[in-house]
Amino acid sequence: MRAEQISIFLENKAGRLAEVTATLRDAKVNIRALSLADTTDFGILRLIVNDNQKAEKVLKDEGFTVGKTDVLAVEVEDNPGGLNRVLDPLTREGINVEYMYAFANPQSKNAIMIFRFDNIDKAIEILSRNTIKVIKGEDVYNL
Amino acid sequence: MPIFNMDFETMPREALKAIQLSRLKTTLERVYATVPFYRENFKKAGISPSDIKTLGDLERLPFTTKQDLRDNYPYGMFAVPMENVIRIHASSGTTGSPTVVGYTRRDIETWSELMARCLAAGGATSQDIVHNSYGYGLFTGGLGVHYGAERLGASVIPVSGGNTKRQIIIMKDFKPTILTGTPSYILHLAEVAEEMGILFKDLSFKAGIFGAEPWSEAMRHEIESKLNLKAMDIYGLSEIMGPGVSIECIQAQNGLHIFEDHFIPEIIDPETGKVLDYGETGELVFTSITKEAFPIIRYRTRDITSLNPEPCICGRTHVRMKKVSGRTDDMLIIRGVNVFPSQIESVLMKNENILPHYQLVVDKAGNLDTLTVRVEVSDRIFSDEIKNLQIMEGQISNDIKEYLGVSAKVRLVEPRTIERSQGKAVRVIDNRKL
Repeated sequence: MRAEQISIFLENKAGRLAEVTATLRDAKVNIRALSLADTTDFGILRLIVNDNQKAEKVLKDEGFTVGKTDVLAVEVEDNPGGLNRVLDPLTREGINVEYMYAFANPQSKNAIMIFRFDNIDKAIEILSRNTIKVIKGEDVYNL
Repeated sequence: MPIFNMDFETMPREALKAIQLSRLKTTLERVYATVPFYRENFKKAGISPSDIKTLGDLERLPFTTKQDLRDNYPYGMFAVPMENVIRIHASSGTTGSPTVVGYTRRDIETWSELMARCLAAGGATSQDIVHNSYGYGLFTGGLGVHYGAERLGASVIPVSGGNTKRQIIIMKDFKPTILTGTPSYILHLAEVAEEMGILFKDLSFKAGIFGAEPWSEAMRHEIESKLNLKAMDIYGLSEIMGPGVSIECIQAQNGLHIFEDHFIPEIIDPETGKVLDYGETGELVFTSITKEAFPIIRYRTRDITSLNPEPCICGRTHVRMKKVSGRTDDMLIIRGVNVFPSQIESVLMKNENILPHYQLVVDKAGNLDTLTVRVEVSDRIFSDEIKNLQIMEGQISNDIKEYLGVSAKVRLVEPRTIERSQGKAVRVIDNRKL
């Protein structure tokens, strides 16, 4: 159920983001989804890629600090209230979203949301109980 | 300007030396009898107090270092029972052991007199009002000046540090004539006053006595022109007594007179420990010869200066030390607070259980020192959540404030961004210009 996300620590300075993406390009790693969270001094780049192992290795070789986190990729219907159908059951049971970001599913009309929860196991249980579709990691990498 | 203690401060050097020798002998007998550290240390060096027959023999005694004081934390170096100690001060703490010093009633009297001498040398009399913006507390600055001003008979305003705007109102309304504090804080005061539309030339100050951190001639000129007063440098450290070990006279403003009837200064080569001649630059070493609770023998201050025994136009015969030009160790003085990189290291260790690569960057923002601690983010301390990293920054910053008493901004940086020289990280970048 889980998907693996890699995250990279970046200082806020010109060109750093491009260096990450160039490193991945040269290693022929494809980016599926990404989000960048930032403060005045630093940012955290979060990526879903098609080859985690390779991405982690080439980035570490370049001297980046790389972390790995389990996240959930959830299909969200592309109509009003689609996101709420996912969030409401979680909210009722006290699950907190640490962060999330979205990308379009090229194979359907629906969007895919990447969620980082404070309690991923409980989130999986709640989502499946409510028959909300969680996309398997491998399927996300190979979309 | 009257000299506070004419007999001692203008004593012919031969007579001064005779007093020094007799006081030195008494001090050595006392520490040998009452402080195990000194007895052991002297024995190891194969020397006993009776071997010291001239002032020249002083160099046969072993040095005392800051580490020795830490090893004897808190009271191991005290030479009197606690019932005779009436005051305790401590140097800016470390996460390990700060250095703790004690004073008997007579020590406080001595210190008060020496601070009164300093204030007088800086132009103060019993007619003056002293605005004392040194911090009050464990730090010796505030209370040292306070007792000296009272001893002199001046009126002292114990305003302490901080609350800058209120300080300026007090300066305007209470009309103090003598200003004391750390030079960087004083310049900050001047800036804030300017913002408030208050000009120092409209205030009543005639002189200021500033110290607890090194400052340059250029800074003196800036202070004197901005604040419209004469600025004197004062020197001291808690291990020796606190402020009041030496002072510039207002007449010459050229070198700080060391009160040699209470302290014997030496200049040594910091590498070899060999005593250097007058005029040569090296590390300043002090022996106290009148202190009761916390006598100290050949203490290595790590401050770099030289000594000048030439007579001074003010009439004082006591040797003058040059303004301190640097340190032989990596200690930084930030807004008057002593900071060692190793203390920051302890805070980082405590927070992360591992030692990240770090670097201290000291700058001046306006006239205030600022400290930034750069910490490399390794895989071990990295998180994919912004808030976790910000909590870590805040925690380190709070701990530095709590343990070291100095505000620091923590800045997370990417791995390998801290400069390495010959494989070793460059720990300190001091961008302040002295």
